[in-house]
Amino acid sequence: MLDQTPAPLVRVRDLKMHFPIYAGLFRRRVGEVKAVDGVSFDVMEGETLGLVGESGCGKSTCGRAVLRLYDITSGEIAIDGHDIGTVPQPDLRSMRPTMQMVFQDPQASLNPRMTVEAIIKEPLDEHTTLSEAEKREKVAELMDAVGLNRKFAKRYPHAFSGGQRQRIGIARALALNPKFIVCDEPIAALDVSIQAQVVNLLEDLQEQFGLTYLFISHDLSMVRHIATRVAVMYLGKVVELSPREALYADPLHPYTKALLSAVPEPDPTLGTAKERIILQGDVPSPSNPPKGCNFCTRCPVVMDICKQQEPVTHEVQPGRFVACHLFNDTAGPTAGQEV
Amino acid sequence: MLTYTIRRLLLSIPTLLFIAFVIFMLLELAPGDPMAQMPLTIPPEVKEKMRLALGLGEPWWVRFPLWLKQFFIVEPQYWIDQTFGTNFADGAQRIISFQSRSPVFDTIAERMPQTLWVVGMSYVVGVLIALPIGIISAYRQYSVFDNVGTFVSMIGFSVPPFFSGVVLIVIFSVSLGWLPSIYDTTHQVVDWDTFVFQLRQMIMPVMVLALQTTAQVSRYMRASMLDNLGQDYVRTARAKGMTESVVVMKHVLRNSMIPVITVIALGIPSIFGGAIITEQIFKVNGLGQLLIIALQGSDIPMVMTITFLLAVLIVMMNLIADILYGILDPRIRYD
Repeated sequence: MLDQTPAPLVRVRDLKMHFPIYAGLFRRRVGEVKAVDGVSFDVMEGETLGLVGESGCGKSTCGRAVLRLYDITSGEIAIDGHDIGTVPQPDLRSMRPTMQMVFQDPQASLNPRMTVEAIIKEPLDEHTTLSEAEKREKVAELMDAVGLNRKFAKRYPHAFSGGQRQRIGIARALALNPKFIVCDEPIAALDVSIQAQVVNLLEDLQEQFGLTYLFISHDLSMVRHIATRVAVMYLGKVVELSPREALYADPLHPYTKALLSAVPEPDPTLGTAKERIILQGDVPSPSNPPKGCNFCTRCPVVMDICKQQEPVTHEVQPGRFVACHLFNDTAGPTAGQEV
Repeated sequence: MLTYTIRRLLLSIPTLLFIAFVIFMLLELAPGDPMAQMPLTIPPEVKEKMRLALGLGEPWWVRFPLWLKQFFIVEPQYWIDQTFGTNFADGAQRIISFQSRSPVFDTIAERMPQTLWVVGMSYVVGVLIALPIGIISAYRQYSVFDNVGTFVSMIGFSVPPFFSGVVLIVIFSVSLGWLPSIYDTTHQVVDWDTFVFQLRQMIMPVMVLALQTTAQVSRYMRASMLDNLGQDYVRTARAKGMTESVVVMKHVLRNSMIPVITVIALGIPSIFGGAIITEQIFKVNGLGQLLIIALQGSDIPMVMTITFLLAVLIVMMNLIADILYGILDPRIRYD
């Protein structure tokens, strides 16, 4: 039983999402923003995969692309055994109940002209054949589940606080009993005191409904709290994917090291002792990424090969995947299997 | 909401009184003589007597309150008398036109149906054309349809009705001879043929005015739709798995209509103003034409009354737009 690995609920292979740039007098296509450029990962059933990275690295785009809220440029996405990478949008609708999303901005993501009840009930109208009374009961149950007072059902989103709105957003996502939920920075727009509440709510719901999360965030400590495994993105690519403990204890990729060294240390005596890696320069433009490794322009341990050749993702330790030339020698096809 | 409406209505009373005063003083101070168009053979002393007979001998601080009294008290009394057969007015002096010597309100009542038919119809047609154009233009931004719509709107904005109206007459009445160039107001619709005739004579004035409305409203609709299409809640609706028509028509359109409805309500008075010239071109004897003739003849009571009615319309439409805003947008509460 132990060695039987669970099948991945979500399988993403070489996902690319390029946005065209139109410019000039005749608005010709002059290039593309490579927001997500060849991302591969699996999300196991019941786990939380954290997706971290700095602003503009393609985290949100990746999350939306996985749910096919965009028409992807190329790659494969399979959710719950269904290949959804190339399915046309209208056919995708029937699969929407399995996969849902919690959005970053709880204010903007709720229709200001619909009551809370209407917002949560709408997917039920579309995808179920429940009677009106059953739907209303379901809405009330969902509001209970996310800790909202049932009496607020007839109110409009603007009457709620940020944390309450995010609860509405979560209830809305849960309405269709999804298996997989993409949480796109669900706590970024909230007060710190509310963040913990919402994250704990997400964890409780995961336990209760057996949910699988792709948790996108730039808050490393929050990801450490909620994630089972963590993928680190830089400029449209996943540079490192590791189990949580291993990643935080011993980051392998130079970018992960730099990223983790930026997490503030609450203990001042430890804080001064800690070595802080400060990256030089800015993130290159995703419309014109550097040759070779995307990180070569800022990497503190850059080598000649980094500027020539794109690193391949290797499994350098069991369950730890890194895309870096530093690990080329340790990561033969056999190395991963032996250990 | 009711308190708000009542407060706004009360506030509009001093506003309207001030507007009435400004219009009156403008007419008072403007050069021009109601007697100017009288034949030159009339001796000056007779002309002076006629002027006194029209009440022009009195100073403005007598004539302005008199007009207010006639407008707000005497005319409603006559209206009630006519409707219910009472006798409140008791033969009081009504507002009389200098030119026709008949009560101003009777003339306005005669002219109103033509204006409402042509102008009102053009506004309805214009809005009905504009909304789908705006919606499709926004949904298919930068498509061929959108570019053509932008071009047509630009024409609608930049070409004044006195030009487009004449161009239409030259093409369809003079060259092709398909449509009559003059609007026959005595025409009565009794059967199919007369109905067709009515349609044919209405097409050109209605379309000239509708072009203006369409240009304006479709632009607003497009901008408002684009604004909302990029919103997060639209992505939410798609993520919920709603059909594209539900996403666009229910989520986006309902939110986009809020500012557009305001624009439509506020545009209603201005269309009466815009109709002045168009009515003149197509010889529609509506309110606009009445105002032009009254202005030419220095018919002060007529000009004063029509202009003031337009002012009332503008103030009321402003109020209606504000109230609609409150009804449509749950985020806005007037209390």
